[in-house]
Amino acid sequence: MEITTRSLWTLIHGMGFGALYLLAGSGAIATLYAQYSTNSRSQSFQGKDRLLAFYLTAMAALAWLTVLTGTYIIYPWYRAPAPAGTASLAAFPRALLLSNPATSRWHSVGMEWKEHVAWLVPIAITMAAAIAIKYGRALKLHPQLRSALHVFLVASLVAAGIAGFFGAMLNKNAPVEGGQTVHLVQGEKP
Amino acid sequence: MSLHTAISQEGSTTIPESTVIPNGSGAAAILSAGVGSFAVALFSIIADKSTYVKNLLVFYKPTGPLSGVTTTAILLWLAVWVILEWRWRTRTIALARINIVAFVLLGLSLLLTFPPVAELF
Repeated sequence: MEITTRSLWTLIHGMGFGALYLLAGSGAIATLYAQYSTNSRSQSFQGKDRLLAFYLTAMAALAWLTVLTGTYIIYPWYRAPAPAGTASLAAFPRALLLSNPATSRWHSVGMEWKEHVAWLVPIAITMAAAIAIKYGRALKLHPQLRSALHVFLVASLVAAGIAGFFGAMLNKNAPVEGGQTVHLVQGEKP
Repeated sequence: MSLHTAISQEGSTTIPESTVIPNGSGAAAILSAGVGSFAVALFSIIADKSTYVKNLLVFYKPTGPLSGVTTTAILLWLAVWVILEWRWRTRTIALARINIVAFVLLGLSLLLTFPPVAELF
């Protein structure tokens, strides 16, 4: 069982940071609602506000790690131009997608949207984390701040979902491959 | 010294008044996030339409203009945030209006990053 370094980075970026962000997102929305809802009867409020601030800060770290690894590690491999006369475009995902009308839109719509919309996520979640840290349990007294947190959190999940969906589809149609091979487990002889 | 308290609507949680912070800092964070999000979309469209700007925004060659688009938008977002925080941190702001502006900017940024919409410009 082996994997190339480029595939490994793609896994870390998408299945690691990105998927974790999406998983954490719904939890953050539910926590925010449950903690500050006017119907909430929670008596043990102190401590939960710190937990929410920590949770959102962890999400912000995941968002930054996702966009930075995507933009500065994986994207250069994806967009590298194929040298003239290259017979196989397998190592050049962008060129491979654009070489076929059946797949070109995965780049011109999918990647073009993904590479920009993903950057809305760290902006939105960093803002949410900063407000949670600054206001803590005083958020209870600021319903409009909470509304803004909800809207930006949902928007960040939508943006992360778009980026994640197209990331998966792009990797399915033109995987980022290459680099050194990492042997994970030695196979048995037939 | 008397302890003033602010009691939430359902009365289940008592929050000391000393912890009630003016909403100015929150308003600054929200509006600047809207501006930063919109800047990502706006700069990507401008870079797409102008070869001069596109070349100008190549901060890191392997990543191309995306490096400049995102870095510039992030710097603008942080600059707006710092300025608004400095001006609003001790004030109570009409947050409903700020929220509407920020939500519109956020919605536009989601829409304008979608290539078929961006190509209309």
